[in-house]
Amino acid sequence: MPPNPTESGIAVRANGIWKVFGRNPERVLEPKFRDLPKNELQRKTGCVVGLRDVNLEVKTGELFVLMGLSGSGKSTMIRTLLRLVEPTAGTLHVDGKDVSAMSHKELLEFRRNLVSMVFQSYGLLPHYTVLENAAYGLRLRGDEKEKREARAMEALNMVGLAGWENYYPTSLSGGMQQRVGLARALAKNPDILLMDEPFSGLDPLIRRQMQDELVDLQSDIGKTIIFVTHDLPEALKLGDRIAIMRDGEVVQVAEPEEILSNPHDEYVRAFTRDASPARVYTASTVMEEPEMLLYRWQGPLTARNEMERQKREWSFVVDRRRTYLGVATRDVIERLAKEKRTTVEKEDLMYLEPVRPDVVIEDLFGVVSSESYPLPVTDDDGKLLGVVRPRAILNALSTGEADA
Amino acid sequence: MRDFPDWIRFPVADSVDRAMAWVLTNLGWFFDWVGEVGLQILIAVERTLLFIPWWLAVIGVGVVAWRAIGRVRSGIAMAVLLFMVGAFGYWAHAMNTLSVVIVAVAFSITVGIPLGILMAWNNVVRNMLTPILDAMQTMPSFVYLIPALMLFGLGRVPATFATVIYAIPPVIRLTNVGIREVSTSVIEASTAFGASRWNLLFDVQLPLARPSIMVGVNQTTMMALAMVVIGSMIGNRGLGMEVLLAINRVNIGQGFEAGISIVFLAIIIDRITTAFARAKKAKEASGEEADTDAVEEESTSKASA
Repeated sequence: MPPNPTESGIAVRANGIWKVFGRNPERVLEPKFRDLPKNELQRKTGCVVGLRDVNLEVKTGELFVLMGLSGSGKSTMIRTLLRLVEPTAGTLHVDGKDVSAMSHKELLEFRRNLVSMVFQSYGLLPHYTVLENAAYGLRLRGDEKEKREARAMEALNMVGLAGWENYYPTSLSGGMQQRVGLARALAKNPDILLMDEPFSGLDPLIRRQMQDELVDLQSDIGKTIIFVTHDLPEALKLGDRIAIMRDGEVVQVAEPEEILSNPHDEYVRAFTRDASPARVYTASTVMEEPEMLLYRWQGPLTARNEMERQKREWSFVVDRRRTYLGVATRDVIERLAKEKRTTVEKEDLMYLEPVRPDVVIEDLFGVVSSESYPLPVTDDDGKLLGVVRPRAILNALSTGEADA
Repeated sequence: MRDFPDWIRFPVADSVDRAMAWVLTNLGWFFDWVGEVGLQILIAVERTLLFIPWWLAVIGVGVVAWRAIGRVRSGIAMAVLLFMVGAFGYWAHAMNTLSVVIVAVAFSITVGIPLGILMAWNNVVRNMLTPILDAMQTMPSFVYLIPALMLFGLGRVPATFATVIYAIPPVIRLTNVGIREVSTSVIEASTAFGASRWNLLFDVQLPLARPSIMVGVNQTTMMALAMVVIGSMIGNRGLGMEVLLAINRVNIGQGFEAGISIVFLAIIIDRITTAFARAKKAKEASGEEADTDAVEEESTSKASA
């Protein structure tokens, strides 16, 4: 059935997309090869199949998630939509336009105007300021300097980066660099936003915050968004619909509820088998900012005042790099203050064993209930990422929502 | 058995000789014309250099070095080095040498950077150019001094030609490497926003390859200066000629003075061009690192509230 380009309500339509890497990729499409499994095909032809007969339809205004493990073809698929990766076969309609048939010149116009992309590795120009980066897409399509800077400023405001426009990206944190990437994408007011694991490189708390902001943004501006992730909770949280990919094929397309309740085959089930929230959500999904933090170099007197002011009986203590050191209780601080000590040392503190961000919360039940303090969550370098409170775990389990 | 057999011979010497003879008879007019234009340019550059009063040149080099390197001390040191060249009595010779170096380097850059770009864009071009560049750098320079002499006659034009052959490879190579090393994620992102090949070149690849290209320019300049003595064997005057004369007369003191003058010129040019290569990088890296955490925390707490 030939696709109808004028059909309304459909933002992206992919028909029979193949991507084969290797020499003479076309021959893989011949009947004697095309149904062979990946390994056998590679042995017989030397070609690697990236995408195998992918058919997708994304509705206008929808947040559509492509999910799969690494190597499943999800990143390749999203790149074919801009022909950053040339599909070997198949047709692509984006915004009613036949992308697969575009000439080089039409393709440049198409990339400049209708679709924006956000990348996991940001892809910012290090020699441009934040403002120039945000305006780069507009510059490429030839907007006047004043107009493009005004629009870029608007976009920077939208992502909460007002005041940073004259900095260079290298002096920004990862989360802020990705905001610049998002601003660059939004500045040209595209119909469709492609996001390739945009939050995967970020600290868990920042990541969750960005997800929340994306949901807000989506409800404000109502763009069509295609979002690639390997993270099931992220897919469930963001997606209106989710396509699960494996070995270059789309295995199932469904709404999040249906993916969980009615997995299409063993592969999807394996993804979601552990979808009892206790097995899906990890420490990083339920952790929060600690209510209070003391820094090692703050003396006992400052610490006491601070505790007094915030009416707390204890606090986590970190050093300058936010490395987790331990818990200081009011009693300890009072004692140190009496001894006229000037700093709080590690030996004075109570050391709660920290947990890693990727521990599933099921494994935390025992630990959390036996402690009267929240659990510190640290990364490999011992940096304090956040804390897990028993209440947050209960919330996640009862509502199935990590961000309760 | 161990010796290479006598009956296997592929002599190319004759063919090279015949090709050279053919070029001389058929393309002689072209090389005459190139030689004439080259000579006029070289003379114009040298006259300009000599027209500048010596004290202005010394002060100028000092100020430029001070601004570029960022330390007054370095500026004074560079000015003193140039002053010493004059004090040895080699001012005019130094300007002659400098004119050859300037013209050779300018030519190397205008030809070398585009060649480096082509090399980075196209693997076929790279595979063809790489052995040629290797040959240019390892071939003993006397081998091409003689043909240069036959094409351009005696004097500074063949010296400049030989200098270009010897000095151009680094700028080509480092332009190629610099462009190839630009991170693919930046290239991909710019392509996704509709950058054409030329947008990519001027907005992304050249600016990001700049430090590498500047190292290439610096090396090219150093190698051009190193070629000065050899260039004077085919009739270029300047500092190299003074070195040669001193060697022939076993005049060790004079040879030292002329030689150290070349070293002084090299130091001045090296320090200034290196400083220019670094200057912009330092500017980009600046920016308030410390503030970012504060803002991140602020926005985090806002969202969780």
